[in-house]
Amino acid sequence: MTQVIMGGCDGENTWRLKDYVARGGYEALRKVLSGMTPDQVITEVKTSALRGRGGAGFPTGLKWTFMPKNYVGDKYVVCNSDEGEPGTFKDRDILRYNPHALIEGMIIAAFAMGATRGYNYIHGEIWSVYERCEEAIEEARSAGFLGNNILGSSFSFNLYNHHGYGAYICGEETALLESIEGKKGQPRYKPPFPATYGLYGKPTTINNTETFASVPWIIQHGGQAFLEIGRPNNGGSKMFSVSGHVNKPGNYEVPMGTPFATLLEMAGGMRDGRAIKAVIPGGSSMPVLPGHIMMQTDMDYDSIAKAGSMLGSGAVIVMDDTTCMVGMLERLAWFYHEESCGQCTPCREGTGWLYRIIHRIEHGQGRMEDLDLLLSLSDNIQGRTICALGDAAAMPVRSFVNHFRAEFEHHITHKRCLVGSAHSEKAA
Amino acid sequence: MALLNIEVDGQTTQVESGRTVMDAARQLGIKIPHFCYHRKLSIAANCRMCLVQVEKAPKPLPACATPAAEGMKVSTHSEYAVNAQKAVMEFLLVNHPLDCPICDQGGECKLQDMSVGYGGGASRFKEEKRVVANKDLGPLIATDMTRCILCTRCVRFGQEIAGIMELGVGGRGEHSEILAFVDQTVDSEISGNAIDLCPVGALTSKPFRYSARSWELTQHDSIGAHDGLGSNVVVQVKQNTKVMRVLPNNNDDVNECWLSDRDRFSYEGLNSADRLTTPLIKENGQWVEATWVEALQIVADAFNKIKDVQGADALGALVSPNSTLEELYLAQKLLRDLGSHHIDHRVRQSDFSLDAVQTNIPWLGLPVAQWPELKSCLIIGSSLRAEQPLLAVRLREAVRNGAQINLVNPFVDDLAMPVAHQLVGTPSQLPGLLAEVLQAVAALQNVTVSAALQPLMSHAPSAVAQGIAESLVNNSSCALFLGCLAQHHEAYGTLYAVTVELARILKAPFGVLGEAANSVGAVLAGAVPHRGPLGTHNAPGLDAQAMLSSPRKAYLVMGLEPELDCANPAAALAALKGADFVVALSAFRGQTPNWASVILPIAPFTETAGTFISTEGRVQSFKGAVAPQGQARPAWKVLRVLGNLLELEGYDFESVDDIRAELSHDLKALTKNSLGNELAAAPALKVRASLGTIERIGEVPVYQTDALVRRSPSLQASRLGSTVEVQINSALATRLNLKCGQNVRVRQGAGEARLSLRVNNAVPDGSARVPVGHPLTAQLNDANGVVNLEAAS
Repeated sequence: MTQVIMGGCDGENTWRLKDYVARGGYEALRKVLSGMTPDQVITEVKTSALRGRGGAGFPTGLKWTFMPKNYVGDKYVVCNSDEGEPGTFKDRDILRYNPHALIEGMIIAAFAMGATRGYNYIHGEIWSVYERCEEAIEEARSAGFLGNNILGSSFSFNLYNHHGYGAYICGEETALLESIEGKKGQPRYKPPFPATYGLYGKPTTINNTETFASVPWIIQHGGQAFLEIGRPNNGGSKMFSVSGHVNKPGNYEVPMGTPFATLLEMAGGMRDGRAIKAVIPGGSSMPVLPGHIMMQTDMDYDSIAKAGSMLGSGAVIVMDDTTCMVGMLERLAWFYHEESCGQCTPCREGTGWLYRIIHRIEHGQGRMEDLDLLLSLSDNIQGRTICALGDAAAMPVRSFVNHFRAEFEHHITHKRCLVGSAHSEKAA
Repeated sequence: MALLNIEVDGQTTQVESGRTVMDAARQLGIKIPHFCYHRKLSIAANCRMCLVQVEKAPKPLPACATPAAEGMKVSTHSEYAVNAQKAVMEFLLVNHPLDCPICDQGGECKLQDMSVGYGGGASRFKEEKRVVANKDLGPLIATDMTRCILCTRCVRFGQEIAGIMELGVGGRGEHSEILAFVDQTVDSEISGNAIDLCPVGALTSKPFRYSARSWELTQHDSIGAHDGLGSNVVVQVKQNTKVMRVLPNNNDDVNECWLSDRDRFSYEGLNSADRLTTPLIKENGQWVEATWVEALQIVADAFNKIKDVQGADALGALVSPNSTLEELYLAQKLLRDLGSHHIDHRVRQSDFSLDAVQTNIPWLGLPVAQWPELKSCLIIGSSLRAEQPLLAVRLREAVRNGAQINLVNPFVDDLAMPVAHQLVGTPSQLPGLLAEVLQAVAALQNVTVSAALQPLMSHAPSAVAQGIAESLVNNSSCALFLGCLAQHHEAYGTLYAVTVELARILKAPFGVLGEAANSVGAVLAGAVPHRGPLGTHNAPGLDAQAMLSSPRKAYLVMGLEPELDCANPAAALAALKGADFVVALSAFRGQTPNWASVILPIAPFTETAGTFISTEGRVQSFKGAVAPQGQARPAWKVLRVLGNLLELEGYDFESVDDIRAELSHDLKALTKNSLGNELAAAPALKVRASLGTIERIGEVPVYQTDALVRRSPSLQASRLGSTVEVQINSALATRLNLKCGQNVRVRQGAGEARLSLRVNNAVPDGSARVPVGHPLTAQLNDANGVVNLEAAS
């Protein structure tokens, strides 16, 4: 099984430059600088069908073509390492165990788009990882992979780490840009898109850590080889962060299109051999799916969309039959309520309202009309906000209520949890 | 610019590329509900109230932030759009208190209005509402932050229009709240606009609070009376008797939708306890109330007697430039009909050398609406934000458009916008500094400075002067303006002459920043000694300074507080107290009993009809909003009756219209033809070496411009109003052994003032900023003189 990103890493001691070079690292950069044109790089990425690994799944090669070609002045590439989606912990491991893959990917991306400067925006809570990235960049700079006239070419590129302070909203790409600029992390209204008006008002492309980290392999082995690892329109391998009621939670890099059942087996199967109840296949903001549907689904963008959810960031949250879906949703709703930036009305006011209703239901104060109210409010939030946080808050609510409505109704009528003895009765 | 065809609600229109759906709808007269959008502010798109349906778009889009596209079809009131708008309204209301009955915004609240159209009859929200702590933003803005819908208009106003970020959004999500900086209030000179911008009752007017409901108030169009801009205002009156507040009236050519705090809050003074409501006369050394007939007869008799005994030359008149055109016209008519030309409104001016060479009326030189198009500009001697708060706003817009602002000033000024170059020196150095700029400009343009100004061309231009010159030369659309500090300067004529020469070489417009509501109108009316109405030239009389230094036997003083308004208060009081007879026409008692013989209560601008001509030459007439208080009468009526009692011909005016008609049947044309800043000849140059002592920079504090402003308790309590201090730089402070914050005694002539000292290196060495026009400094004399500083015991 080909692993694009973590192949050859032992998970602890192989993150340094010498180890990366020993694995064939920076060969892709040498290849690029010894004769490839920026267009050829972009074409290779397009061929690979690499799609944005941060959650939206936008074709990476196409995104790179949005950058203005003949722009006079600085252009930026920015890496979104602000991994804050509940259930997602893949970028942290890339930064920790293979940071040079990201650095090399960003250098190649900068070459392809004519960028002179890059920022790697790292989630605020993973300080030790930030420190390791600082070391890695310093290694790359000392070795001549970063800075002026890289490897003796006419191409110059500087890369800096920038750590945030843990606001989930700073993972939204324009809020991230605001944060780098030293402002309050709040999303910008789009258009204009970052490719025309990005960091400091300059053309900017923002990609996820895993996306950039996939690029060296694509250049080295060709886009077609990458595509063939996965499925048409869903190229490559992908890291899945499997968590929840499984025996071996962790990151698993598998080819796109791997059946969920296989992934679950790799993760050691269900804890205590219990029955699978539900799975959130792409991080907490994606719709939940009942376990029996997931067991029939493959792990790629198109298959999961067909099943009614989204691949998102690849965070697979597995829940067994002891899980109270009301309690689960309450916890998710609290997260979005807490992390809403407060800039625009539907999200600022709606996320708190959703949370309070679910909180009431969970605590035996629910009313039957609350369920339709939840769906109505979700409708009124989704698609009405400046950024996708509103959608992220609404989608779990709709899917939880729609797939597990009986459980919510039981909570309301019996003022206690359906899953029985696993949870004590809620105070009325 | 490419034009795009766009269809909104079935109507088609064309908009320029880069405009939004909101722009297109406004162009068609289609109203889209909104809160955060404001045409003068940047786009925030945060309220989401303006969501509309756009064909082929997968979700509703905010009209304010969606760029128009060719062939775009928009529905603003389809079921789809209205559902989205109603949903947003529901969200806005969930945490908004239902306290309209006790909210000052009630009746003029955008949220209230919109909720009628888009709100539900009952709320689906059954949870607890959010409560947000109120903030102390100072004496002008009251807060009820629980009502805030976080549209951020106030925040954007501060950053973009006022040029100073005093408010921001703290916290996140539901914990978001509008905040000032820790322990700071909102102190901008135009802060009150945030009240107008606030679509809800979160920010309301503190002075107006709980005093009336908006629907009780009648609206009267009027004109701002406290600077030269001529801001259009609405005076709001309760029960036809009391002015309750003043708001801006939109006029994009003048004040746009803004108003300075001075014009907004000074109405408080109208209802001051210090208002005069009865004529006062002196009987046996005691002030007693009198009838108008008695009081006016005493004035007429006294004037007649002094004229008969001493001659008309013994009569003089000092009048306020904030008086109406009609009042000023009658005042000078009365004086001139009595045979005297000693009338002046320029009471703060000290150099009148231009009078001999200036035939036209000095004005702004460039219409206000064209300011934002400037690419470079030089302002000479001005505390611009205090003098002309809204002209500073226009310049800020010019800077946003790429303009460079340059200053030649007696201190480094904070204009709350980027300033390219500031050439700073003590007052006595200013003519030389300006001449350096002239020299550099002439060199760059390769022309010779006119012979008359050659004596000034001695210094090699400094790097800053060179920078200013390059800024002016390299930016084709530039202009030069002389501020009030220049106009009050003892070498005003010299500064003016250099400016004329600069403008000639640069082929640039130049002008003066008119100090008062009627600075242009006063000259047109003839309230100056060297020029009668309509420009008719008479034997020149004595100017405002000469009238005091060569005291008259009788004075007519209209609308002034001489101990505060005159360039040399000590000299003014001495002259008035030494006169045989002084009639004071004043709305306020103030210090008048100390120097007047008869006190006649007159109506301030809200209680009389009249005309102001703004500094850009805009003729704006207005009507009284309320009847005069008590026995007070409009000054034009007083002067008219006085004319009758003096048995002068032609005082049968029935209305202000009659007075204007006598002046001209086409005042606008007359004004237009009379404006002109060119000089007939060069004035006598005045260059003074530094006096070697501490030169006084005598600027008028922002809230001490006239008697009405001085009587607004809220303005006086604000940080700008309550901060009265001496400012010197650290080098001078060290030499004088004085420390920042300590109390110092300022001595000038026989007078002294005790003020707090602030060490501020924006002030050049050898000079001190000591404000004029303030009661605390009223004992001092010459605004341009020298002062001594010492520690107060």
